[in-house]
Amino acid sequence: MLRDLANRSMIVTLCAAALCAAACKKTDSAAGGGSAAAGGSPGTTAAGGGGGGGGDKIVIGVLTDMSGPYADIGGKGSELAAQMAVADFGGKVAGLPIEVISADHQNKPDVGSSIAREWYETKGVDVIVDVPTSSVALAVNEITRTKNKVFLVSGAGTSDLTGKACSPNTVHWAYDTWALSNAAGREIIKNGGDTWFFLTVDYAFGAALERDATKVVEQMGGKVLGDVKHPLNAQDFSSFLLQAQSSKAKIIGLANAGKDTINSIKQAAEFGIMAKGQKMAGLLTFITDVNALGLPAAQGLLLSESFYWDRDDGTRAWSQKVAAKRDGAMPTMVHAGVYSAVMHYLKAVAELKSARDGKAVVDKMKAMPTDDPLFGKGTIDPNGRKRHSMYVYEVKKPEESKAKWDYYKLVREVPADQAFRAPADSDCAMTKK
Amino acid sequence: MGSITAQALYPQLLIGLINGASYALLSLGLSIIFGLLNVINFAHGSLYMLGAFVTWGLLHYTGVPYWGAMIIAPLAVGIAGVVLERTLLHRLYRLDPLYNLLLTFGVALFLQGLFQMGFGSSGEPYEIPAQLQGARDVGFMILPYYRGWVMIVSLVVCVGTWYVTERTRLGSYLRAATENPGLVQAFGINVPRMITVTYGLGVALAGFAGVLAAPTVSVSPEMGSELIIVVFAVVVIGGMGSIMGSIVTGFALGLIEGLTKVLYPPASNTVVFALMALVLLIRPAGLFGKAP
Repeated sequence: MLRDLANRSMIVTLCAAALCAAACKKTDSAAGGGSAAAGGSPGTTAAGGGGGGGGDKIVIGVLTDMSGPYADIGGKGSELAAQMAVADFGGKVAGLPIEVISADHQNKPDVGSSIAREWYETKGVDVIVDVPTSSVALAVNEITRTKNKVFLVSGAGTSDLTGKACSPNTVHWAYDTWALSNAAGREIIKNGGDTWFFLTVDYAFGAALERDATKVVEQMGGKVLGDVKHPLNAQDFSSFLLQAQSSKAKIIGLANAGKDTINSIKQAAEFGIMAKGQKMAGLLTFITDVNALGLPAAQGLLLSESFYWDRDDGTRAWSQKVAAKRDGAMPTMVHAGVYSAVMHYLKAVAELKSARDGKAVVDKMKAMPTDDPLFGKGTIDPNGRKRHSMYVYEVKKPEESKAKWDYYKLVREVPADQAFRAPADSDCAMTKK
Repeated sequence: MGSITAQALYPQLLIGLINGASYALLSLGLSIIFGLLNVINFAHGSLYMLGAFVTWGLLHYTGVPYWGAMIIAPLAVGIAGVVLERTLLHRLYRLDPLYNLLLTFGVALFLQGLFQMGFGSSGEPYEIPAQLQGARDVGFMILPYYRGWVMIVSLVVCVGTWYVTERTRLGSYLRAATENPGLVQAFGINVPRMITVTYGLGVALAGFAGVLAAPTVSVSPEMGSELIIVVFAVVVIGGMGSIMGSIVTGFALGLIEGLTKVLYPPASNTVVFALMALVLLIRPAGLFGKAP
């Protein structure tokens, strides 16, 4: 009996310890599409010209979230997109074979940093692509700069990558937080949605997204009536939604991502928020989120994306090729970004006939206009921002959708010159005089 | 912040109670299992997730609606639990309880990984059954019918489980076996089988909670691991193995969490752990646990 009791108190203590560990892990993986503080510091072992295998082949490293919350947005699909780009390019560039490798950064800046460093130093990796989760992307951004390699971001969202943290070795592809809140925000206010209430995830990314969106709302003469900060990975949003409901704001802006967005929309439908005339605006909502919600819950949602598989013949043809290899799952704008970025990178390497000097490759990429079936014609700004159109979509009603993944109808196209922040306003040292 | 009106408070309290109901349901299963098996069932969250996925799968693949799933899903999860107990858990009873803790933790990771591979990470959609859609204005708030339903059903199941363990012959065997398994066995009761059934029952409760959750949260591989942390805290506060303790604590913590969401929302995920630390300091055996 005594032994039993001793056992029990030991177990309770253990349990408490495990709980604390789990809770810590939770905040540690606090990742979103957006800006968090850069984790890893740049490496001190600046190996000039890279190491080991460099020279006899071009190696593309897909560094992504393979098993966590962003695995559907990037993950295996990003790896596939990179492989498809290589295949479509012919498998060789400047006479060298091209190899694609991949790894899981688990949304942790320290894990991502050590993989990036190892890849550059011993695996002969020339370019790292994708990298969802802003905190990891910011860390890889620094390492890439010190190693003079190339970093093509399409998974992460923070606009700091072409702002405060901009680098001559980095190009930011598919989207960023500035473009998202700008596109959807302007459209909504123009259509009368001039009072807002924000549901914001409580860490740097949410704060940045809310800040950017608030700026747009106020610029356009709208008003922010209030906000509520919720913890990351909250299961239950009803209390927060009740506060949003009683604010009587016309628009509830969701400054969160992934599962938090899914659950807030799902539960908003339950409380009849949309039915009572308030509208939801997803500031970072991917097509995979809409798929997870189902149209009955997601209908009427306004969101911005830079890529939608069903936009035109070019996007359809490519997307169906991708879907055929992924059990019918259509690609996200992140996948499209990986494909398009790798294509353009290979073109630049072909012109230079070498991938050795990362900065030179990126300069070449900036000098050449981009053109592909996924994003159309575009350019790359001096601060590394890839410029193309953004699109504001509304999620279809269930009866309007003809097939699975037929989810969006176009509300407006934001032309490339307005879709992204002007380089002069970006706080990037490279664009200052 | 100074203007916390009744208008703002009542809805949060009601919502808190509703959330408390699902905490109670989950911690109840954990408590029953711990009471008899001395096993901290870390797989509880994954089995809750399994319940939700079975619910989704039944509708998606076979067209069985929510109401059917309410019976089939807990049954399926219960059977999975029985298999788990027979093939793995029972081999480790002789050893330190730590080994079973590690085992169930491994099972949890395995299940979560398996579903991630099969279904991806963003989750699957599941709608509220047509009969329970809509909401009603109850004066101080809009109350969705489904939320009300969840609370009532959870309460009924909790009270039912309490009744079975405290007021029936079967329950008396169970409680006796918790105190002294050797003696109960000597009286001719098949204790190993009782352990198996208890484990199955405990995890079936988790499966049932999964069914209730499917229409309100994203049915995704990670849904269990996010919730289970709170539920463990509930069990620790209530007193490990105390059935009444976990029910009462479940509801109480739901209420406290609801209050925090009005007073200081960002702390709503942490308040439970602060309380846990406090309770462990003052009453190490938990509020309802037997003190050594």
